[in-house]
Parts: sequence; C-alpha cells; structure tokens
Amino acid sequence: MFKEGMIQMLGMGIYESLYMTLISTFMSYVIGLPMGLILVSTDKDGIYPIIWLNKLLGFIVNILRSVPFLILMITVIPVTRKIVGTTIGSKATIVPLVIAAAPFIARVVESSLKEVDKGVIEAAESMGASPFQIMFRVLLPEAKPSLLVGAAISVTTILGYSAMAGIIGGGGLGAIAMNYGLYRYQRDIMFITVILLVIIVQIMQEIGMKVANISDKRL
Amino acid sequence: MTELHGESIIRLCGLGKEFKGAQGAVRALTDINLEIIKGEIFGIIGLSGAGKSTLVRCMNFLETPTEGEVYYDGRPLSEMSPGELRRTRQSMGMIFQQFNLLEQRNVLRNVCFPMEIAGTPKAEARERARGLLKLVGLLEKEAAYPVQLSGGQKQRVAIARAMATNPKVILCDEATSALDPNTTKSILELLKEINQRMGITIVIITHEMSVIEEICQRVAIIDSSKIAEIGTVEKIFTAPKSNIGKQLVYSESKPKGEPKAEFDDTNKRYCRIVFDGETSFKPILANMILECQSVVNILYANTRNIDGQAYGQMVVQLPPEERIAKKIIAYLETQDVNFEEVDYV
Repeated sequence: MFKEGMIQMLGMGIYESLYMTLISTFMSYVIGLPMGLILVSTDKDGIYPIIWLNKLLGFIVNILRSVPFLILMITVIPVTRKIVGTTIGSKATIVPLVIAAAPFIARVVESSLKEVDKGVIEAAESMGASPFQIMFRVLLPEAKPSLLVGAAISVTTILGYSAMAGIIGGGGLGAIAMNYGLYRYQRDIMFITVILLVIIVQIMQEIGMKVANISDKRL
Repeated sequence: MTELHGESIIRLCGLGKEFKGAQGAVRALTDINLEIIKGEIFGIIGLSGAGKSTLVRCMNFLETPTEGEVYYDGRPLSEMSPGELRRTRQSMGMIFQQFNLLEQRNVLRNVCFPMEIAGTPKAEARERARGLLKLVGLLEKEAAYPVQLSGGQKQRVAIARAMATNPKVILCDEATSALDPNTTKSILELLKEINQRMGITIVIITHEMSVIEEICQRVAIIDSSKIAEIGTVEKIFTAPKSNIGKQLVYSESKPKGEPKAEFDDTNKRYCRIVFDGETSFKPILANMILECQSVVNILYANTRNIDGQAYGQMVVQLPPEERIAKKIIAYLETQDVNFEEVDYV
C-alpha cells in the first residue's frame, strides 16, 4: 500500500490541510477579534456600552454558530463561487471555514477578555484612559495568555472543520480520508489520515499552550 | 465646618446616588455636602455598605452621581465633555484595596502606564517612573512582575503609579484593608510623607478607625448613605456626637477580651473620662482618688499619639455608694476634662 504516489498524496494532504487551517484561522481572527472586542466593550457593564449593537452582534453570532457546518458549507457555495471563482479545492474551502469560524472566535475572544480583572479596568479609567486605550493597552495585553489558549483551541477546531470540507470537494487530509477510505473502502488509508490529523492537533495544541504559558507573567 | 481654612480642591454639593438594580432602586448616597481642602489628608469612614466606596468614585466620576454636583478645583465635573473628564482624571491618582496592577506588565511599565495614557514621551516617562520607584523604595524591583511582589510592595507600586501624572489629589479606596498591620503602617507613613513633601491632597476611604487616627486631619463618618458627622480627627475622637461615631470610636478602642464579666455586675455606674493633648499630663485620676478618699475601678484605659499630640480615654467604675460617686463627679467637674457617665464600657 505504501507506494511512492501514496506518500506523496498524503504529504500533499497535510500541506493542504495546514494551508486551509492557517489561512482560515488568520482570516477568522481578522474578523472575530474585533467582534469579540466589540461584544465585550459594548456590553451593559462594558467600557463603552451600546446595548443595541451588542444585542445585534450577539444575535448574528448566535445564528451563525447554530447552523451546522455541513449545511453552512453547502449554503454558502454561491458566495464561494463569487469570491474564489470555484467551489472545489482548498482555496474554496476557506470561505465557509471563515464564515463558520469567525463567530466562534468572536465568542472565544469575548470569554478571554471577560476574564480581565474589572478592578484593573477601573484603575485605567481612573487614570483617564479612553475606551480605545483600555481595549489596546489593558484588555488585549492583559488577556494575552488566555487569548493564546483560545487560539490553540480555535486552530484545532478549524482543522477539524477543514477535514469535513472533503465532502463537498475541499482538499486536504479530510478529502483523502473521504475519497479513499469511505468511497473506496480503503480502511488503511482512512486510518492513516486520521492518525495524521491526531498528530497535527496534538502538535498545535501543545505549541499553543507552551506559547501561552511562556507569555503569562502571572506564572 | 468652622475649622475650614484654605481653598477647596474637591467640593460635593447635595450629592446623591441611586443604583437601579433588578430588585428596584438602591440608595447609596443621600445629600452629601463635603469640602476637601488643598493639602489636607481627609478620611471617610463607615461600616461596609455605608456608601463610602461609591462616594470616592463620585469624586472622579467613575460613578456618575444621580443628584448634586462635584466640583474639582472649582469646575463642575458633570459639565465636562468625556475628553475633558479624562484629562481631569489624569490630575487625580487613585489606589485600590486590590492594588489593580497590570499583571502582564513589569513594575516599571506599570508606573509608566498612566503617562502612556497621557501621552508623555517614553524616555521621559521611564525616567520619571524610576524616580517615583526610588521614592517608594522599590527601584531594585523595576523589572519584577506584580505576581513576584508582596501586598505592601504592590501597593507601593500602585502609589508610584498614582503619582506618575503629577496629581493634585490621591484617592485611596480601602488602600490598606488587604494588608497586615505593620505593612499598613508603612504604607500610611509613605502617604503622609507624600502629602507633606509634595503637598498632594489625600482622600482616604476606610473602615478602620486606626487608619484615620494615624494620618488624617479631618474625617467624615458615613452611615447608611448619609454623612453622620464631620470634623477634625481630635474632635471626633474625643467627643463623637453621632451614634455611629461613638460606635466606631469606642468599639475600636475596646480591648480584645471582654473584661466586663470580671467586675461586679450590680454596679453599672461607669464614667468615661477623655483626655486631650494637655490634660493627659496631669495626674487627674490619682488626685481624684486622694481627694475623694475612695478608689475607682479602672475598666479600660488607652492613650494614643494623634498627629503629634497625646489623646486618650479611660473608663472607670464608680463606687457603689451614691454619696462618694457624686463626690467624684463633682470633683471631675472642677477639673478641665471631658467626661460623661455611661452604662457601657
């Protein structure tokens, strides 16, 4: 079974999976991080309460979070075609991944920022800090270790989603597992791809936790 | 408030605050009128829940009062734009019970923080921060993170941080309540030094009478959202008028063990004698015993040093014979001391 081509294919699969995951994670953070900041800041106990915006954003996030990824993936196919020009392959998978992951990340970021001690925020307010200064000089830096733990969780979750995208013609290890393992009954290949996914998740989680611990000055 | 002299830095007029909660409105402050004079150390004391933390937060508008006005250096805070209010806050430092240092920043960067907010150039901020750390005695800890410091050290960093923007006032919200007695003392001494050397006005919120007597010149007693009493520390310590004032002054000075049980319960005539700076050097009690040919039972005695002068009080049990008790009271009346008959120790 371990033909030259097979190893090459798996290598390609790993590359595609990492490509999709990392690009999607990055883009999801570009959208999700500000959303998380807004969710925390505009809360009724936040540093700049805007109740209607908070409720609206929370509602949108909840809707997107409650749609199962499989359904979301298929529903956004027209959007994907508009943005990427195609609906198959790794690049096309990034669109549904970001749409699904950004609200998830918004919630992860929100919960990290909420851990920041209210007293520290109050101290910054007593010094005359503006809401923006509190966001960028207090909330984000103080929550950094927790945000990094959240990033490790997010990146592994997105890797899992990316594997699912194999069903609609996405690339990566998920597609290999689907095409060879499920449709052609090559159980060994499915087994190998799953093992590879487990290893990648382990490595990402380990690195994330290590970096978070190193950055945490409270330890 | 006849003992007032000097310009006020913070003036509260008819201040009130009501919190709207899920269970209806909760009154935190009612009709607070208060003037804090430039350069003084002003104490605000009250039991927990009396509203004193809300009061101090109204002084820099961390809490917006629902009634009345706060004047800072003559200007009403409620009329300021958000930007103006933030600039005003930069001239008021604040320290907290839980220190509230930024945990992911080292000591030096914590002290630099308010200067970053105010837009001070980095090099200048660092230099000033080092100077302040030297003042609070923590220069060698500049690279340490808050987690590596003791409570007292954290509060020193917080004090340095509060002074970073050259404030006119430092507000202290239960600043020593999380510290042990020795550390409390050293922190209070530091605040006193800052007040005397730099003329920074200090407002201290506390529930401990000992903190007030240690460094304050004037004190306001807050009880169930109102000011019960206000005056110089000597006056309130020697002759508290309000019930809450009496409770705070006497309960604080009561010795730990309950001595009552050891004395004859049937005779409940006690007399509390108060000494001020002068009379505590006269042997009043010894003279009284000689004069009246009768002994009294000293139930409790305590003298302290308040702001350079000695103050104290004593509670004596009068003899059961009515005639001698009257004689003793008559004698005390001829002496220049404050005393009153009380039925508690």
